[in-house]
Amino acid sequence: MDVLNLAHGSFYMIGAYTAYSVVLATHSFWLALLIAPLLLALVGGLLELVFFRRLYRHGHLAQVLLTFGFTLVFVDLIRSGYGPTTRSIAPPPSLGGAVHFLGATFSSYSLFVLGVAVVVGALLLAAWRRLRVGAVLRAGVADKEMAGLLGIDLARVFTLTFAFGAGLAGLAGVIAAPEFAIFPAMDASVLILALVVVVLGGLGSIEGAIVGAAVIGLGYVIGTTLFPQVALVLIFGLMAAVLVVRPTGLFGRR
Amino acid sequence: MTVGRGRTLLLLALLVALASLPLWAPRFWIYIGTQALIFAIFAMSLDLLLGYAGLASFGHAAFYGVGAYACGLLALRHVDALIPLLLIGALASAAVAVPIGALSLRATGIYFLMLTLAFAQILWGLAVNWTSLTRGTDGLIGVPRPALPGAGALGFTLNERGPFFILCLAVAVLVFLLLEALTRSPFGRTLEGIRENERRMRALGFPTFRYRLAVFVVGGAIAGLAGSLAAMSNGFATPDLLYWTVSGLVLVAVVVGGSRSLVGPVLGAFLVLIAQLGLSTFVDRWELVLGALFIAFVLFLPRGLVGLVRRA
Repeated sequence: MDVLNLAHGSFYMIGAYTAYSVVLATHSFWLALLIAPLLLALVGGLLELVFFRRLYRHGHLAQVLLTFGFTLVFVDLIRSGYGPTTRSIAPPPSLGGAVHFLGATFSSYSLFVLGVAVVVGALLLAAWRRLRVGAVLRAGVADKEMAGLLGIDLARVFTLTFAFGAGLAGLAGVIAAPEFAIFPAMDASVLILALVVVVLGGLGSIEGAIVGAAVIGLGYVIGTTLFPQVALVLIFGLMAAVLVVRPTGLFGRR
Repeated sequence: MTVGRGRTLLLLALLVALASLPLWAPRFWIYIGTQALIFAIFAMSLDLLLGYAGLASFGHAAFYGVGAYACGLLALRHVDALIPLLLIGALASAAVAVPIGALSLRATGIYFLMLTLAFAQILWGLAVNWTSLTRGTDGLIGVPRPALPGAGALGFTLNERGPFFILCLAVAVLVFLLLEALTRSPFGRTLEGIRENERRMRALGFPTFRYRLAVFVVGGAIAGLAGSLAAMSNGFATPDLLYWTVSGLVLVAVVVGGSRSLVGPVLGAFLVLIAQLGLSTFVDRWELVLGALFIAFVLFLPRGLVGLVRRA
């Protein structure tokens, strides 16, 4: 969509906290998996309608400023609602076990996360490439006026896309909740990593985001295992190296 | 002509008001004023890049932090002279800005933004992990303020709030005049030409990359100068100074004030700092208020405070 949203990490954080509340109230992880993305999609859609809509003309800088403001607001709201302490939830009982595979042991939950990631990635890629909505979005980003002239209601498409993106971030938050700790600063760390992934892969490219995530994820895990001191430096060094060679990322055009 | 004179008069009035601050303001507000002046120098250096050269750097905190660390390291090794301590911050940051600029400037727009962010985060990682030099997350603590030659005879030292505030004010004024001259010089005009149409400027024979790199290094050096003052003012240099939220905050200060004006970023820096330090002292949910303030600015005043006066 060609929008720079620093509050995307906040959507992830709110997703995780929503999961925490839902699990606390109903003891059902699956319900949280349903509710959080819907809630975040609603929040994202509203934000787009009320705020972002006015800013597409003003370029990336205004978006940085606006969303930077939102990250502050969201963190403070979460902190006032839940306090600064770290929370955690358990994975659902049906995924609490372990699986033996090829002589190694995996937790069922990790495999579940892997499965969700593969399915979401495949669906996104298919929608982007094959479906009408993907074509409409690509057209809208490439040339807004032309797409509008062709009778596409871009305003609606953008609102729905933004809502969908926010919902996905919420989904990621729910899935991450049993694996990682839930705390008010979790938005910043995931935001920076997500930006690195997207830029490394190339903006406006789902393939790039998937490959970028794999590279950064592997790099980060290998980095923390072998050189725990400099893992983050390694990640950013990797991104810098790629961008220096290919200034628009691995799969980026332009 | 009258607009120019009005601006000068306004600036002089502001200067007099600020200079008299130590005489009447409570200690707490002198402290906030000092922090705001340092932040204003930092914001002006970013305005040089953002407003005049059109370079949206999201990693400007790197140079602020490097300056603070350079000054802190030297001061802790018993260097007790003001000018060398200020200069080392600027020089260290300029030295770091050369390779970062040379690599980042290969990209443009949002990729430039992300590259500068990446390099700033690398330096932040170094500040956290290179414990033998930087002492890790604790940072350099107990950085002393230097003595001012001749000040002892007059009965004051930089350890008092008033004189240190005046020092920061003097540096801020010097930086303002320097940048004002720079942006009006042929060098500044060339930069604006490159911002508007780089291809044409290159066709006219200007080595555009070298111009952009030069301004990136100058901006970095001035941010380092601000970092030096910050290390003296706070008495410490910690990795927080290099964190990406600091880059975000200074970018907000420039945009809220209104870029390409030098005055705007100063106003923006004061607003942001007073909002941050003032609100955090008196209001519990200050981040919420600050965030809401930024949002309101983008929506209702997209050209910043300066946009209120300047209708161009």
